[in-house]
Amino acid sequence: MAYLSIPNVVVRGMSACVPQLIDENKNYPIDEANRNKLITTIGVERKRISDNNTCTSDLCFKAAAKLIEDLNIQKDEIDCLIFVTQTPDYILPATSCILQHRLGLSKECFTLDISLGCSGWVYGLSTICSLINSGAGNFRKALLLVGDTISKFTSKEDKSTWPLFGDSGTATMLEYVTGNAGLYFHLATDGEDFDTIIINDGGFRNEYSTESLIKKKYEEGISRTNLQLELDGMNVFSFAISKAPQSVNKLIEKYKIDKESVDYFIFHQANLFLNEKIRTKLKLEPEKVPNSIKNFGNTSSASIPLTMVTELREKLISQKLKHIACGFGVGLSWGSVYFETENIICPKLIEY
Amino acid sequence: MELDKFIQNFAAQFEETEASLFTADTKYKELAEWSSLMALSIIGMSDEEYDVKIKGDDIRNSQTINDLYEIVKSRI
Repeated sequence: MAYLSIPNVVVRGMSACVPQLIDENKNYPIDEANRNKLITTIGVERKRISDNNTCTSDLCFKAAAKLIEDLNIQKDEIDCLIFVTQTPDYILPATSCILQHRLGLSKECFTLDISLGCSGWVYGLSTICSLINSGAGNFRKALLLVGDTISKFTSKEDKSTWPLFGDSGTATMLEYVTGNAGLYFHLATDGEDFDTIIINDGGFRNEYSTESLIKKKYEEGISRTNLQLELDGMNVFSFAISKAPQSVNKLIEKYKIDKESVDYFIFHQANLFLNEKIRTKLKLEPEKVPNSIKNFGNTSSASIPLTMVTELREKLISQKLKHIACGFGVGLSWGSVYFETENIICPKLIEY
Repeated sequence: MELDKFIQNFAAQFEETEASLFTADTKYKELAEWSSLMALSIIGMSDEEYDVKIKGDDIRNSQTINDLYEIVKSRI
């Protein structure tokens, strides 16, 4: 039973960075009627796309550097850095090691890469909070860097992926504070459907070969190579409409959370049609469920913190708030977290 | 679970197609209004009305509304 209650940790700040380049879906080259229907259903009008010289770690670096500056903390107080992504700099070494040095953090720093997508911020948060609490004061401050540049491996000729995904990198700063009630989690996995969202070649199960580069047409509007992202939209939908609401309800029941008292429910930005189904199933008012998908698309693991920064910033920096966030997707992997914030540091959205 | 009710629930997802075109033997993927987005609505309907999960392969491997009805019925 993957429930966690982790005391003595608070969220101190959050930041998000996106590439400057905007890709407008109204320019996507398919016939107009289908394009309009697609945009209405997925809810993505535009998204940010990184250039060839920009990696996820660059976006996260910039988000983290600004957050550290605005928090006005000493870098040697940061004892832990976790980087959650499916778009690392290299196959090896771990990108978190590179980020430790690049950010000028102490060599006495715990670093770890985690390979998860849409559920990644929630999973990463559960890991970093567990470490902070276990450290009992030795992990004073900890940086959770989460993001993806999915546009790098989506085929422009695949209408099921290219118009949907945008790029972003985020930073969340956690701090050890004794006596704080902390955060509550529900986490889950179903690897039976691991091929629902997959890049088939280039790992060690199907090693990169010349075959991997051959572009195949699967249906009208869907052509890609085996090095590009394949997404079974129907399976994702079927999974998420049942598991996302279930996870939120399990969290609420387990920890006896007063649902009415929660100010915001922040969901992974999968696609608008799906997110609206989840919202109505949980009987949540639209005002309590912010979305960033219209302007930024599905930003994979970055979607929850990006949505908080772009949609809730004014409230985050000035109020005490209760949140439930829920991430779900590739793996399949999903989870929910309850946490509170009070006047956190949250720089305006950063452009790379 | 009744077939007639299932056909009604199925038809309710469509906006433009005439109700008379929906029967047990309708090859639903041949309807002009059918699309990959419509598939999501059918999956949503099955979840809401029957609490049954329809997957991508169920849509791909079925032809008629009755085929889908049998799949949903077997999972209740």
